[in-house]
Amino acid sequence: MATIRALSVILPFLSTITLLWPESGECNNGRRSGDGLDTDFSGLSVPIEHSFEVDDVPRFRLRGALQFRGGRESSVYLSQNQLSEKDRNTLKDVAAVDGLYRIRVPRVSLQADRQSERQHDGHLTAFVRACSLVESHLSDIITLHTDVSGYVIGISIVTIPGSCRGIEVEDEVDLEVFNTTISVVAPVTAPVPETAPYIERMEQEMEKKGKNPQEQKSFFAKYWYLILGGAVFLMATNSAQTPPGGAREQT
Amino acid sequence: MAWLAVRLAISVSLLFTASAVFEDQVGKFDWRQQFIGKVRFALFDTHSQASKKLLVATDKNVFASLNSRTGDLFWRHLDKTGPDGQVDSLLMYGQDAVVVVGNGRLLRSWETTVGGLKWETVLDTGSFQAAALVGVQDFVKYVAVLKKTAISLHDLSTGGQIWVENLPDSDTVQYQSIYSEGNGLVFVLGLVPNSHVVIVEYKIEDGEIMNKKSIQAAWMSSLESSCAVISSGILLCVDQITQSLYTLPLQSVEQKEMKQIHLQTLDLEVASGFQPVLTSTQPNPAQPPLAEFFLQLSPDHHILLQLEDGLIALLKDFNPSNLVAFATTGEKTVAAVMSPKNETACSINLFSADTGRRHLDTNIIYHLDPNGGKPNTLYVHAFLKKDDSVAYRVMVQTEDHMLTFLQQPGRVVWMREEALADVVTMEMVDLPLTGTQAELEGEFGKKADGLFSMVIKRLSSQIILLQTWLAHLWKLFYDARKPRSSVKNDEITIENLSRDEFNLQKMMVMVTASGKLFGIDSKSGTILWSHYLENIQPNSAFKLMVQRTTAHFPHPPQCTLLIKDKDTGLASLHVFNPIFGKKSHSSVPALPRPILQTLLLPIIDQDYAKVLLIIDDQYKVTAFPSTKNILQQLQDTASSIFFYLVDSSQGKLSGFRLRKDLSTELIWEAVIPTEVQKIVAVKGKRANEHVHSQGRVMGDRSVLYKYLNPNLLAVVTESTDTHPERSFVGIFLIDGVTGRIVHEAVQRKAKGPVHFVHSENWVVYVYWNSKFRRNEFSVLELFEGAELYNSTVFSSLDRPRPPQVLQQSYIFPAGISTLEATLTEKGITSRHLLVGMPSGSILSLPKLFLDPRRPEMVSEQTREENLIPYAPEMPIRTEWFINYNQTVSRIRGIHTAPSGLESTCLVVAYGLDIYQTRVFPSKQFDVLKDDYDYVLISSVLFGLFFATMISKRLAEVKLLNRAWR
Repeated sequence: MATIRALSVILPFLSTITLLWPESGECNNGRRSGDGLDTDFSGLSVPIEHSFEVDDVPRFRLRGALQFRGGRESSVYLSQNQLSEKDRNTLKDVAAVDGLYRIRVPRVSLQADRQSERQHDGHLTAFVRACSLVESHLSDIITLHTDVSGYVIGISIVTIPGSCRGIEVEDEVDLEVFNTTISVVAPVTAPVPETAPYIERMEQEMEKKGKNPQEQKSFFAKYWYLILGGAVFLMATNSAQTPPGGAREQT
Repeated sequence: MAWLAVRLAISVSLLFTASAVFEDQVGKFDWRQQFIGKVRFALFDTHSQASKKLLVATDKNVFASLNSRTGDLFWRHLDKTGPDGQVDSLLMYGQDAVVVVGNGRLLRSWETTVGGLKWETVLDTGSFQAAALVGVQDFVKYVAVLKKTAISLHDLSTGGQIWVENLPDSDTVQYQSIYSEGNGLVFVLGLVPNSHVVIVEYKIEDGEIMNKKSIQAAWMSSLESSCAVISSGILLCVDQITQSLYTLPLQSVEQKEMKQIHLQTLDLEVASGFQPVLTSTQPNPAQPPLAEFFLQLSPDHHILLQLEDGLIALLKDFNPSNLVAFATTGEKTVAAVMSPKNETACSINLFSADTGRRHLDTNIIYHLDPNGGKPNTLYVHAFLKKDDSVAYRVMVQTEDHMLTFLQQPGRVVWMREEALADVVTMEMVDLPLTGTQAELEGEFGKKADGLFSMVIKRLSSQIILLQTWLAHLWKLFYDARKPRSSVKNDEITIENLSRDEFNLQKMMVMVTASGKLFGIDSKSGTILWSHYLENIQPNSAFKLMVQRTTAHFPHPPQCTLLIKDKDTGLASLHVFNPIFGKKSHSSVPALPRPILQTLLLPIIDQDYAKVLLIIDDQYKVTAFPSTKNILQQLQDTASSIFFYLVDSSQGKLSGFRLRKDLSTELIWEAVIPTEVQKIVAVKGKRANEHVHSQGRVMGDRSVLYKYLNPNLLAVVTESTDTHPERSFVGIFLIDGVTGRIVHEAVQRKAKGPVHFVHSENWVVYVYWNSKFRRNEFSVLELFEGAELYNSTVFSSLDRPRPPQVLQQSYIFPAGISTLEATLTEKGITSRHLLVGMPSGSILSLPKLFLDPRRPEMVSEQTREENLIPYAPEMPIRTEWFINYNQTVSRIRGIHTAPSGLESTCLVVAYGLDIYQTRVFPSKQFDVLKDDYDYVLISSVLFGLFFATMISKRLAEVKLLNRAWR
């Protein structure tokens, strides 16, 4: 609860942020929780919440905070808490009934000049099966997707491995700390028809053809041996046939 | 050398993809039907007795001439779609048809015999009110066009403007109609609603205002709907509230108010709440109209009245009567009246207009189609017989846009189903088996009950087969004896409908915007059944689903049409048999709430009907059919049933999961802010699509596996900013189960309309490049990589690694109206894209050309893989046009369906026209060619056989001889 309050106090003061474009995942283990929250005020901080209930009615609690850092190497960090004893047990119970583990983030814009605009109400939600989270020992990949103008439009969570094989996770330590890879993905620019390289290539080929001396040779220069061979052959056959014919003429 | 290789590669690839129709194949397996749309104006050519022309202008902005003997098109002209090409008025005089187009934008004159344009005049701006032919001394010389603020007179033979005059006080007076009777004057009638009528007289020669007067008429709210001019320039109006008729001579100077005649004095009464309608006739624009007119008192009550010396006389009371129409031939004017005869038929009779007397032997019986709409307009073509008596033909238009042309004594000459000009959606359904085939199928379907009974059953079905075969032989023999002419062509009727060997003949179920459903035989284009759904809102959305195919004999196939009112969101279901068109008796769930989404699940009940889930606006789910079995199955599989909703107004995409109690829970949510971009289309993959190969073999013999996610959705957005430099098109690939955004791409400097196809592991989309002003194709392909994550089953929940996405774009040097991909039974045949073009042609473009792995530079490996080197421009070859010269006007959609042959895909293109054909994307590898030389191969075979026999014999003799020696 304390963290939520801290966040809500901090949030209004966060203002200077530049946007981060693609990639930049940052592994962060939960033991550093709190550090980022207290030390970095330059970036935008967004709470990430999770919910896992046996009755499958979502009740979101704070999982951690996303720190967006601007600058040349824009990046995102996730600082998050350890799972408490109670949470661990609940998670295992939810996994046993094949419940869902949900996360959500509020709808925000990552672009500095847009943050002053009205904040959207509502959240972006995603889920993963609780059993796969347990079986992967809390190793998950969270991806935030933004649109062209830097609004966060979607969040996704996957675990590695993603399957549920029914493996018992005995060791409590495995379920204490999240091993999260987080990244922000912006849309890629789709390619346009590439005319310039194509024309260049065509020109190169034409040039090559032009430079190649063999291509420029005349018909006779190219096929002189064939013509010569043909001529010799014809002559040979003619000379072979002449004697009888000539003999007949003489008689 | 490299260049040679490039050329070689291209030519080799073309060898495999070239496909065209040979001349002798034209019309062999394809057909086209041309339509015109709902008729708004129709005029018969009365210029000469023998004329067969019928001129029509329709709501599809089509102006056409029909052959009134056959119903075929003589010619057809298509104008722009939308209000720009709308036909406002159609007038005909002699050989000329004068048309006002585009809310008074253009005035055109057409030569009606060949459909050539004689002249065209651009009119001054202003909204169109009325147009009329103007005659001088018995000759029609001019056409007058009334706009909101001006009137202009044009020469009929050249189109030249004679004069144009502004209308007085046009800001307060609504001028609505024109009248002239060949006396050198044109009257313009205007109205200030609920105040007074304004009549302005113009001189024809120079447009000088001769007279202008206003007459009190406080009761009048519209001139057009309640007034008509009859008998030498007398304005006749009818008012429902005071139940009276009003008359006013247009030219009289002294009369300052309209003369009131109570309907009561004629013993008449207007039905309450009904706006009475006056129908008059002016056979010749250069002559005054007739003194007789029709007054419609209620929807099925007309009265023929006559005005004489200011008094109204009743000529004939038609009660009941649905429709009336005047027609003139020579000097005689007749009135055709349609009155209901019984439940299923109407009778049409001819009455003489001046006396109201019935003409003898003019009765036509019009049979009402129980599956059609009610008649709503009557077009009469009267002509004089040799004995100078009047005969007539009549064209009846019904609510479902059908035209029926009837001749005395009730013979239907032709019919046109103009609802088919606006097909919204369609499906192709397999035809049922014949009775005998079904019998055999039934035998296998039944459970085994003892050896003996099985043997009996088998024997009996064999006997039945033998019987039918003998009957067939007998019929052949019988037909062969008859003279050739009397042997009827094998007409396809609903009775002898059966599946052919290769399942090439199917039933096309078409849903039209008017709410009429059609069942069309795909082989011949014959309409086998039609069903008109009444009370369909004009802006309804339709979704057609096949719940049970023909494969489950003896259960009949079942289709479900979901009709959703776009305004209220309320929906209803129409369940029918797609083969016979009959409405099913199964109980349809009531849908009291607006619905958001429907879902056809592969779960089937005991009757083999797939279950349809309907999600309403409270996220409650209704199942149809909702038997106990189904509900049980739904409960068991609820946790694996997911669905998505798209709210494009808020840019919201959300995913839900079904709960055991048929409620739902929200599991994911993504929001694409509408300030930046707007969702324009969402498409999943087709459920009946098969992918044969899991991967692609690369040049180095390794395999690149395809990312075949059946739950993948392609979401296309367009930017709200329409500036050509900043506009963009967004492509999102989203997993429909987990809401995971698999890929997100932005096509910059692009705008819609975007057409796209989502199939297998690829998405192809077309957009308009606003920078270079051209159409461009872009293809996205998704691959899992060199190894599969889980090769046995695909689960969206367990696929952690995102796919590799490859993309390439190409220039397409033509316009695009619609896009679809071919579909075959097993997905072995290579795919083609079918591109519908604005010109009406359909291009079959090999998918090979849309491959993001097309290399920039040719290498040994790419050649091994048969990849065509990248070229930025997409080639268009004329032999790729599958519809040669059979263009499909205003093509809106293409439907593809697999046939029983793997090589063959059935294609139906619809727009204003309907075109059906077959395509063979990898040529016909599984059938022999049409021109296969059977004689040669069999003679060679027999020759070889006999040669072997003879040589064997000879060898034997030789051996024997040698042994003796």
